[in-house]
Amino acid sequence: MLKDITLGQYFPGNSLIHRLDPRTKILCIVIYITVIFCIKNFWGYGILAIFTALCIFSSKIPFSYVIKGVKPILVFVVFTAVFNLFLTNGRIIWSWGFLKITAEGVRLAIFMVLRLFFLVMGTSLLTLTTSPIALTDGIERLLSPFKKIGVPAHELAMMMTIALRFVPTLLEETEKIIKAQTARGADFESGNIINRAKAMIPILIPLFVGAFRRADDLAVAMECRCYRGGENRTRLKELKMTKTDVLGWVYVLVFAMLVFASNILL
Amino acid sequence: MKVKLLDKTEKNTDTIIEIKDLEFSYDDTDANETDAVLKGINLCVKKGEFLAVLGHNGSGKSTLAKHLNAILVPTGGTVMVDGINTADENSLYDIRQKVGMVFQNPDNQLVATIVEEDVAFAPENLGVEPKEIRKRVDYSLDAVNMTKYKDHSSSMLSGGQKQRIAVAGVLAMKPEVIVMDESTAMLDPVGRREIMETVKKLNRQEKMTVVMITHFMEEAAQADRVVVMDRGEIVMEGEPKEIFSQVKKLKKIGLDVPQTTELLYSLRKSGFELNCDILTVEECAAEIENFLKDGGNSCD
Repeated sequence: MLKDITLGQYFPGNSLIHRLDPRTKILCIVIYITVIFCIKNFWGYGILAIFTALCIFSSKIPFSYVIKGVKPILVFVVFTAVFNLFLTNGRIIWSWGFLKITAEGVRLAIFMVLRLFFLVMGTSLLTLTTSPIALTDGIERLLSPFKKIGVPAHELAMMMTIALRFVPTLLEETEKIIKAQTARGADFESGNIINRAKAMIPILIPLFVGAFRRADDLAVAMECRCYRGGENRTRLKELKMTKTDVLGWVYVLVFAMLVFASNILL
Repeated sequence: MKVKLLDKTEKNTDTIIEIKDLEFSYDDTDANETDAVLKGINLCVKKGEFLAVLGHNGSGKSTLAKHLNAILVPTGGTVMVDGINTADENSLYDIRQKVGMVFQNPDNQLVATIVEEDVAFAPENLGVEPKEIRKRVDYSLDAVNMTKYKDHSSSMLSGGQKQRIAVAGVLAMKPEVIVMDESTAMLDPVGRREIMETVKKLNRQEKMTVVMITHFMEEAAQADRVVVMDRGEIVMEGEPKEIFSQVKKLKKIGLDVPQTTELLYSLRKSGFELNCDILTVEECAAEIENFLKDGGNSCD
């Protein structure tokens, strides 16, 4: 069940989107997110949907796979929708006791759901099409101008690489520990919320101890491979902006302008 | 017990690692003799040889391995790698580049998610040109026979495959020596065989010097030379055949012998005149067959 989480996982491929420079992709995602929050009407969401669909299509990643990334936040989406639905003031269209639904509430709830949905779709498309190393490389390069004011760009990037590398390893270990504790009669499913939280302790402690041991091993292994921070480091794949990136930029900017136009005109 | 280890004439010309009176204890504060993990190790590793270091848990074999590329620095004596003292901090990265190390847990030594990016990690750290990194990565993956997995995520691979990636990652530094610090201990028999074959191939075809730390007799039996450690000292040293024929002595320090040797030894003990310095199953079968053909003269 834990393995089903696609958020933050890389889907190897060689599509147009995969080949984009990670810096382009990161900056485009920033624009994409900004645009999502600027949309004021359903036309905008229509444009957003078409744009996102085209991106997924050209990434050659199965649509269902991208949707799977949205699943973990489903609870969150429903939660937000319900709150918006019932707690927005305005023209009441339905009420029962203290519950009331307003027209504005319905609109806002749909907007919020769409926003979160596209937000996760967009960002998971980024991680699905960008290998963690390329991603952190991009972040490192984008942050490097801020090194002068003390932003540890390389260290942050390396930490992210390692964190992403250990996601599947630690998930596997968690499953193993859960099975081991279940075999000894541990009960994770019944009882009230406090008991359930307490039941997590026998999972978390071995997991943390294991993680520290791994960190120690990895540190030695990295030292053995001559790791000494970011200075004088070269890369196997150097970041290069190509024609594809120009295409990507044009595409995103056209999209952003269309959305703003729809905001004003429609 | 001191064992004479090197021939004076061979010294310097083709020695890659030279260990002299190496002593080490984890706690600096008390130099108590009994607390020392390593007590006066003398050992030379020759260029191109396949050396196995054998010993049970706590014999100090892993501690010895960590001295070979300056993860640990001796508290007494010296370790010289290709003429450089490992205590010299300025040459730290030269030493680590010359002596690559592969560890026990395959999950804890891969840095990057994608196979080829992990292999590129060491040359990237060394500041090698991107074009040259590409060449080294391709060569290293080819040498461990993992080229077709270069775009894969390492989490999808088996233990043996992960460990081969770790070997490739070390090869990409262009080291002189590869130290395998119990690198097969956590693998299944198939993975273990994969690693042994990879390492033997590197040793034979690429003339790579290999130091294999292990507690598996079958693996040590395939080396050119075996060093047996017990309680921080080298107690035996020689060709696998010489070592494993001394069944009694090995058992006394808590080690097993390969199954073939064990069989021949037991037969010999029950009065059949057989050679005990045999390691492979084929040789063993041939020996017994010959013995039976000769009419099976039993000795008294």
